[in-house]
Amino acid sequence: MLLIPCPYCGNRPEIEFAYGGEAHVVRAADPGQVDDAGWTEFLYCRNNPRGDHAERWRHAYGCGRFFNVKRNTYTDHIEASYRIGETRP
Amino acid sequence: MQRYSALALIRQSINGHKGWKPQWREPEPKRSYDAIIVGGGGHGLGAAYYLARKHGMRNIAVLEKGWIGGGNTGRNTTIIRSNYLFDESAALYDHALKLWEGLSQELNYNVMFSQRGVLMVAHNVHDEQSFKRHVSANRLNGVDNEWLTPEQAKEFCPPLNIAPGMRHAVTGAALQRRAGTARHDAVAWGYARAADALGVDIIQNCEVTGIERDASGHVTGVQTTRGPIASRRIGVSAAGSTSLVMAMAGLRMPLESYPLQALVSEPVKPIFPCVVMSNTIHAYISQSDKGELVIGAGTDAYISYSQRGALHIPMHTLEAICELFPIFRRMRMMRNWGGIVDVTPDRSPILGKTPVPGLYVNCGWGTGGFKATPGSADLFAYTIARDEPHPINAPFNLERFGAGRLIDEAAAAAVAH
Repeated sequence: MLLIPCPYCGNRPEIEFAYGGEAHVVRAADPGQVDDAGWTEFLYCRNNPRGDHAERWRHAYGCGRFFNVKRNTYTDHIEASYRIGETRP
Repeated sequence: MQRYSALALIRQSINGHKGWKPQWREPEPKRSYDAIIVGGGGHGLGAAYYLARKHGMRNIAVLEKGWIGGGNTGRNTTIIRSNYLFDESAALYDHALKLWEGLSQELNYNVMFSQRGVLMVAHNVHDEQSFKRHVSANRLNGVDNEWLTPEQAKEFCPPLNIAPGMRHAVTGAALQRRAGTARHDAVAWGYARAADALGVDIIQNCEVTGIERDASGHVTGVQTTRGPIASRRIGVSAAGSTSLVMAMAGLRMPLESYPLQALVSEPVKPIFPCVVMSNTIHAYISQSDKGELVIGAGTDAYISYSQRGALHIPMHTLEAICELFPIFRRMRMMRNWGGIVDVTPDRSPILGKTPVPGLYVNCGWGTGGFKATPGSADLFAYTIARDEPHPINAPFNLERFGAGRLIDEAAAAAVAH
């Protein structure tokens, strides 16, 4: 089980959290200008890397807040967690 | 190919079983092939076999970065069924099921396909309505499926607990009698042996590290850890690693790779006659011919390539197993492992051409690819040989996401499947 560092509450076991998918997937500022390829990319395509991955987690059974985690998807090692709006380390 | 039969067994036993030959060669990779399959699981080996047998190609290589059948082919819970809701899915999975029925004979290799029936247990009104809809839809598509009362389900599977006082009482079950299990390793080995006999080179410990293309964009070959290999047809059948391989050709895929866990108990005498699945409390269970209870747990929440997951996932499943089958409460679990499954947004596979000429993909089987092995392999071979999809796999194209023509088994099954 992952030990996830919530930036607000500290280290907590994974079962307190809900996974929120890849982080930094930004919805277009003007959706009317996005073509089919753009929507496909936004809705369906993901980096799915073997290695460093920025992802969202929500401390569902804790403070309830969303934050981001940088985790290696091959070793499952968590390198950093940071608040929403902060730049990716 | 050394044919297997009762007579061959007797003959070999006379001289102390010293005459058995290796089931496939270990060739050095050639400089070029007419077709390359990336990924030596059941799907990839099967595709090579059908390319050779049905489409007359002989100069084919299967490239496997580890050993054949060492990925999800060797890590699944071996359940085979075709009771899918949508027409497209029912056609696809039933095509596979029909091939399963003749596979041992065709390959001259006992894949231990056992049509012992798959019982999908309902626990509430939603389950009942959903399963009854599946039963009707399946029958319209010529796929057998029937509704059982709790008592009938108990008769079919005596260890099942149908006591009304359970937290999630059994309110009925859908039964597909043609469904069942097979020996997963034998599927990979059987296809490998049969493909090798037709001249297919099975190259293990050969990881693809790049995909080469010419000025027009057409594929021209691959870079591997054992040197460059040329081919103008490349079929990628790499399951959880598909995103990584396709990225070598500059393609982004609608896939995410998750660990899916399974576990087996200590072996016991035959006690469990069928396969039982419960979507609502999430449990899959059957008994292997070795006597182990084979239990399928869920996927971990996060993407990972680590081939292992967290313990609370199988614990959740074991709690469900213990409630459905109190008889197993004191059994000990022996092994637990994970496989990396590539999941699409609609939980249906992608099987067809790609925007890159000469590059074909078979992926996105998510948590349920083993059951499709022969069908998927057959259709993938057809697609590669003719450069166009078969009508059965045509709807499972890569363009469906952009076009909005999803085949939303995720909504139909309400869980990973």
